[in-house]
Order: sequence, then C-alpha cells, then structure tokens
Amino acid sequence: MSDVHRPQTEAEACEVIRHAAGTGTALSLLGGNTRAGLGNRVQARAVLCSTGLAGIVDYDPGEMVMTARAGTPLSDLEAVLAANNQMLAFEPIDHRGLLNTQGAPTIGGVFLSNASGPRRLSAGAARDSLLGLRFVNGRGEAIRAGGRVMKNVTGLDLVKLLAGSHGTLGFVTEVTFRVLPRPETEATILLPGLDDATASQAMAAAMAQASDVSAAAHIPQALAQPFSDILGRKTVWTALRLEGLSASVAVRVTALAARLSAFASVETLDALASNTLWRAIRDVTPLQVRQDLPLWRVSVAPTAGHRLVAALRQQADIAALYDWQGGLVWLQMSGQPQADVVRRTIAAVGGGHATLIRASDDQRSGVSAFEPQPEPIAALSARIKAKLDPAGIFSPGRMATVLGAKAGPIGMTG
Amino acid sequence: MSQPIAFLPPRAAVLSQRARIIADLAALLPDGGLVHEARELVPFETDAYVAYRQLPLAVALPRTTQEVSAVLAYCNRHGIPVVPRGAGTSLCGGAIPQPDAVVLGLSRMSAILDVDLDNRVARVQAGVTNLSISETVGPEGFFYAPDPSSQLACTIGGNIGMNSGGAHCLKYGVTTNNLLGVTMVLMDGTVITLGGAHLDAAGYDLLGLVCGSEGQLGIVTEATVRILAKAEGARPVLFGFATSQEAGACVAEIIGAGIIPVAIEFMDRQAIEICEAFAKAGYPLHVGALLIIEVEGSEAEMEAMLAAIVTIARRHSVMTVRESQSATEAALIWKGRKSAFGATGRIADYICMDGTVPLGKLSHVLQRTEEICTGLGLRVANVFHAGDGNMHPLILFDANDPAEAAKAEDAGNEILKVCVEAGGCLTGEHGVGIEKRDLMRFQFSDADLAQQMAVRYAFDADWLLNPSKVFPLEGRPAA
Repeated sequence: MSDVHRPQTEAEACEVIRHAAGTGTALSLLGGNTRAGLGNRVQARAVLCSTGLAGIVDYDPGEMVMTARAGTPLSDLEAVLAANNQMLAFEPIDHRGLLNTQGAPTIGGVFLSNASGPRRLSAGAARDSLLGLRFVNGRGEAIRAGGRVMKNVTGLDLVKLLAGSHGTLGFVTEVTFRVLPRPETEATILLPGLDDATASQAMAAAMAQASDVSAAAHIPQALAQPFSDILGRKTVWTALRLEGLSASVAVRVTALAARLSAFASVETLDALASNTLWRAIRDVTPLQVRQDLPLWRVSVAPTAGHRLVAALRQQADIAALYDWQGGLVWLQMSGQPQADVVRRTIAAVGGGHATLIRASDDQRSGVSAFEPQPEPIAALSARIKAKLDPAGIFSPGRMATVLGAKAGPIGMTG
Repeated sequence: MSQPIAFLPPRAAVLSQRARIIADLAALLPDGGLVHEARELVPFETDAYVAYRQLPLAVALPRTTQEVSAVLAYCNRHGIPVVPRGAGTSLCGGAIPQPDAVVLGLSRMSAILDVDLDNRVARVQAGVTNLSISETVGPEGFFYAPDPSSQLACTIGGNIGMNSGGAHCLKYGVTTNNLLGVTMVLMDGTVITLGGAHLDAAGYDLLGLVCGSEGQLGIVTEATVRILAKAEGARPVLFGFATSQEAGACVAEIIGAGIIPVAIEFMDRQAIEICEAFAKAGYPLHVGALLIIEVEGSEAEMEAMLAAIVTIARRHSVMTVRESQSATEAALIWKGRKSAFGATGRIADYICMDGTVPLGKLSHVLQRTEEICTGLGLRVANVFHAGDGNMHPLILFDANDPAEAAKAEDAGNEILKVCVEAGGCLTGEHGVGIEKRDLMRFQFSDADLAQQMAVRYAFDADWLLNPSKVFPLEGRPAA
C-alpha cells in the first residue's frame, strides 16, 4: 500500500515535495482521482493528493473571474457559479461514467487534464479559460504563474504549460480562471438520417453561418439508444446547439433551420431537452456501457473525422461518436486498442492525435496512452520537464512514450 | 530619476568576426537576403518603441523555413545573438536590435498558404499582416478575430510573439485562443511543427508556451489560425458620461449583468479631444468619458442587447447615447479609436502603458493614474479596452526636455506598480520587451522568474534569442 500525502497548505506540500526530491521518491499526483486511467500507469511509491486544499479563495461575479484551491470539488464550485448565473465556458467532461470511477472531480483535475466538452468548439478549451495558477515545482518551491486578468503577456505563459500536464510538471495548489454568464436559453437543431460524410458537410455549413453555433455533434444510429428518451425514434442524428438571449436564439434557429433544410427535414429541441442531450454527449454516455472495450479520444481536423472512421472500418470493428463538428472522435474498438492502426490512419487523413482513455492493463501493454511525439519535440519536452521536475519525481511515466510490448515506460516526456 | 535601459554588452568575439559572419550569412541567403550596409540597416535600428535605437550587425531576410533554419543553426554554432522581427510595430522594444545581433526579419515570408473554409482554418507564413488574413477570407463571410490597432502593418509572427489582443478580444479572445498550430525553428536550426488544423495539440501545450514568448524560444515561420464566421451585423454605439468613474462603474455593471458585447472601449476627455481632432468621428466633446460599445448579431439580437445596456447606462447617468447610423459612420468610430496612438503622437511625445487590472479596480486605477501624472506635472490621456481591464494611459511629454522625459518614465513605472498592486499585470498585449524588463520583479518573485528562465533555457541554452529582452539582466541563472 502506498503512502498518501494530503497536505492542508501549500507550505506542507512544499515540505513533502522537498523530502521526496531529496530521497528520490516518486509521487503520483492526484486530485479527486476520478480521471484515473488517463495516461500510462504511474509507478510511484507515494501519492500526493490535492483534496486537502479546498475552497474558493476569491470570486467576484462582476469580474467574471474565480480563484479556487486546486482540490475544490467541481460540484461545490459549479453550485456557487450557478447561484450567480455563471458557468465554466468549456463545459468540462465528467469522466466518471466512461472510466467507471467514483469520488468527486476537482477543479485542479479539470485543468490538469484540460478536460473540455462540446462548447470547446466555440468557447475554447479549459486551458483557454485558465488565467493563473500556483504550483509547487520539483524542488519544493512555490511558484506563481499568470494572474487574474484576461489579457496578460507578462513573461512566459507557464499557465498553458501546466494545463494538461497531468501532474507531471508540478503540484498545482490554486487556479484562477475566467467564467462566463450562463446563456439565457438554448435550443438544438436536429438533422435526422445523415450519413457521416453528409453530416460533416452539414456541420461545416452550419459553422459557416452567422448563427453562433456553440456545439456540433453527430450520433450514429448504433449509438443512438441512450438518447431515445430525448430524441424519440432511433436513427442517426446530427445536432447543432444555439445559445443566448431568447429573442436571439429564436431568430437564429429559424435562419439556421432554413439554411440546413437542404440536408434533411429539420427538427428542434427545446431548452430542457437540449440541455439533457448535450450533457450526454459531453460525458459520452453511449460509450460508457462496454467497460471491457478500449476507448480512444481522437482529435483531427473537423472534416477528417468521418474519413478517419471510414478508413478504420476497413481494418477494424469500431463504434464512433463525433463532437466538435466531427473533429473530436470517440472511438471504441471491439478488441485490442490497435494503436498502430489508429495512429497511422490519423496521420493518413491529415494528422491529429489519439489518447487511449479506457483500457485494461492487458490492453495497455505496449501502448502509449498519449500520442508519441516526434523526436525533437519529445526531446524538448523532456528538457522542459527536467527544468520543472529535476529529480523526475512527479507522476513518472504518465505521459511517457511506451516502447513495444512489455517494455516499461521510458522517460521521454514524463 | 530613471536610468536608460541597458542592453547586454556586445559579444566582442562576434563583433571582431563581423566581415566573416556577413560573408557566411550572405552565402546562406541568396537573392539579396542579407542586409549589411550601414545605411540599409537604419530602418531596422528601432521599432515603434522609438526611445532606443541601435544598428544591428546585419539583417537576414529569409524566404523559406529552411533558410531560417540555416541562419539560426549558423548563429547558434558561432554564438551570435538573433533578434526576430515582423513589421517592427512593437510598442515595448521587442524588435530593437543590438550591435552584435543578426535581425531575422520575416517580411519576405508573407504568403497565405492555404484557406480551408470547411475546417475554418488558414495556414499562413509568419510575415503576413494581421489584416490580410481577414481581407482574404472576408468575401467568403469569415474573419480572423484578434485585431490589434496596428493590424494593417503588424505580422502574424509578431502577433504570436506578443500574444496580441485588440478591441474585440472580450468576446473572441487573444492570439493564443485563436492559434491552432505553428511551424517554428529552434535556435539550433531544428524545425518543429506544433498543433495543426485539429484542436488541442498532443503532449505538453508548447503552442501555448510559445505564444507570447517574445521571440525567446524560437522563430515561428508558419501559423495555422482559426477563422470565424462573421456576425450578421455589428454596430458600435457611443455612450458619453460626465466622469471616468461613472463610465468605469457602468462597464463593471454591464459585465456583472452577464452581458458580453464584442467590444467595450474607453476614452477619457483628453483622448476624446485628440482622436476627434484627428478622425472627425463625431465623438461628443462635452463629456468627461466615452464608451464605445459594439454589439453584433442579427437585428433582433443587437436590439435586445442594446436595450439592456442602455438601461444600465441610464443608472449611471449616461449623458449621450448615439448609435452609428451607417457603415461609414461605424468605420469612422473605429478609425478614431484605432488611431488613438498615432493621433496622440501628432500633438506630443508620449509613452503608452499597457497594464491590465481586474474590472472592479478600473475606477481606482484611473484615479491613481490621474493623481500620479498630475503630481508630476504631466498630462495623461486614457484610451483602453475596458471590457477586459486592459488600460492604455498615454503619458504626454516633450522628448526634447530630458527632465520631463524622465518624469514620464517614472510616472509610467508608478502606474504599472499600481496595476500590479491592484491584482493586475504589467502588460496585457504589448509585451515586456526592453521597456518593462526591469519592472518584472514588481510582479514576480525571484523563484517565479527563475522558473520561467529555466524553461527558457530548455529552448536556448546559450541565451542567444532576443537576449536583452523580457528578463532582468541581473539574476539570470547559469545554464
């Protein structure tokens, strides 16, 4: 059983890390541990957990900025935002369903995994909302990066570097982020019956309109079952969300529906049904069922998504759900992850990257959870990691390139 | 009293080899890609931060990424500093050279390589101007969102270096939020590609680290930027208030009410007079402060949002509300605002600050700015992006009066201290450059700065890229 450190203050965290660096003790950095499984398995004797650092530090709704300790449960924080009619713009995915994990996601975990949902397409990723943070580096020094204002080009942007670093560069103790007003209302336009390629065209056409589409997804028929309460009859659906002032949404729904009527006979969802639908898309509900099957999260150019899936279908039995106008593909394999096939095909359709989100230990053998980087970028990343974590104690292996079956993770990028 | 800002002492070994370096670089850059005659170097002696000027050793004007790579590899091998340059519109001295440095200018790499409307991206060379992207995709109904006031001249490479903003980033974000990928050359000549047409690059967010790094980490030669569908319509509306405090409070309440217009620009009386004299935009001259608030969308959407804003403005005793009545009038309103720096330059010398503060502190910082300048016997004009707290006090002075120039610099430093104390930062969009380099310790602890510099070392261990900029010269760690 490994030791679990749960510091109550940043100073305590510095102490734990200084000691670990001195003794060369690897630490697995965690928040609420609901995203366990993102990344390679970490070999560490001890856990350093942020949940002892909880609470909102500063929040003025008029400034649209909040500062919270990294271990603050996301649900607490979202309740406070909701009470002030505000929200996190990037709609973070809740990984518990996909990964079959328990516990409470933390705000630190959201930013360290750059967890973004359907609105990422229009409002940016978690990293785009993150304005500043405090973290403890591998020498046990408390470092402040960024600030609490939206425009800030003072010095190197270590904030972006730490966001999405999955606990391999520093122990984040506090985050400051931008929040947005909740839209007054929302509606979703639905196009039934489109094949993947036509859906891609329809979504591109919608995004080219002055309609301010905030999310665009395509749900193939095989995955439509969990949506049947909302969407009624079981078919393939293409969904486009519009948000804003009621008067404006109504006008835009009419205009966009008219524009898209050439593709299908358009239906619309009211605010309540729309909200339920996008929550399910955000959390990838249709692919939560088969916990035994490997799941990839693939990011490609929006119009490359359906080409990727078509090419993979020639070689593997897969199920795919599309978000982000088709550029985010949730890809469930029927047996092994087939990492080489998936990554080679991504390169062939124009490039992007694949992250292995869910897989058993056996299925993970020999597979890098994150896209292996070209040599110069891997070398650069390793140099950067050494500047933040010189003793290599932070979550070793989590983001590393894994070479071949049975070989352990090597220290390419941590 | 301020001392002149120091540059690193020139490397004697480089200066002594000047002739050989020029010959070698000329061989790497056929077609006249190397400038080295003294009179030809003059245009490169400074940028828009004209207080300092020095001739570089030479100017390299490559045409391809391969040529950039060859020049950097050569300079790396021989320990020659390199100062990157786009259009030279930096307001913080980011492109000012030094005698032992090769300026690497991207002006010959100005092609738009690919426009992909279905994926809403454009791939461009780093030397294209910001505005030319919007001009290229405009007829198809798209635009590139970041719009710094210098957008007619400034390049996308420079925008990436400074993480440039503009008036409309309240809604659309700054460069880092609209950049999907780059091709860049590291100091040793290695060419890397980060990101692409897809969202969120794999691995560490090196793209985010590079954006705003002021040419410290490498030279970006190509960029993939996000383009967006243009709104159906847009309308700037002028709101005049008796005092800056009322205007500032109105901004805070608009944002607090959950209304996010695409732009909220602020001008005080001094700025209104200067801009109106220059642009004849029809700004009201009887008010103490002016907000330009732009709404966009369908007619219904603009009406709804404007009605809500007017209601709030009335609570803050708004004196005049004037909607632009035509596209020409709207263009004039923006022309007046975007020419603020140029128009000010016609009546006096000025230094422009760029501190950003939390919205709730706007009124306080405006008042302190006024007190600081008046206390030193200086005039100040305030024109800035109020929606995101990015302030631009223009401190007017006479450059022929060294005492007054020094006072202006002192006032600027004091104002930036006030911004940092209010929870803000030294620079929102202009960059640190040399101008604010020695103020970095106002904002960051020694450990904070040491960590940034350590990361910098991972890119350029010999500190050759734009070496006199951003980080204070004292206290730089050994490799």
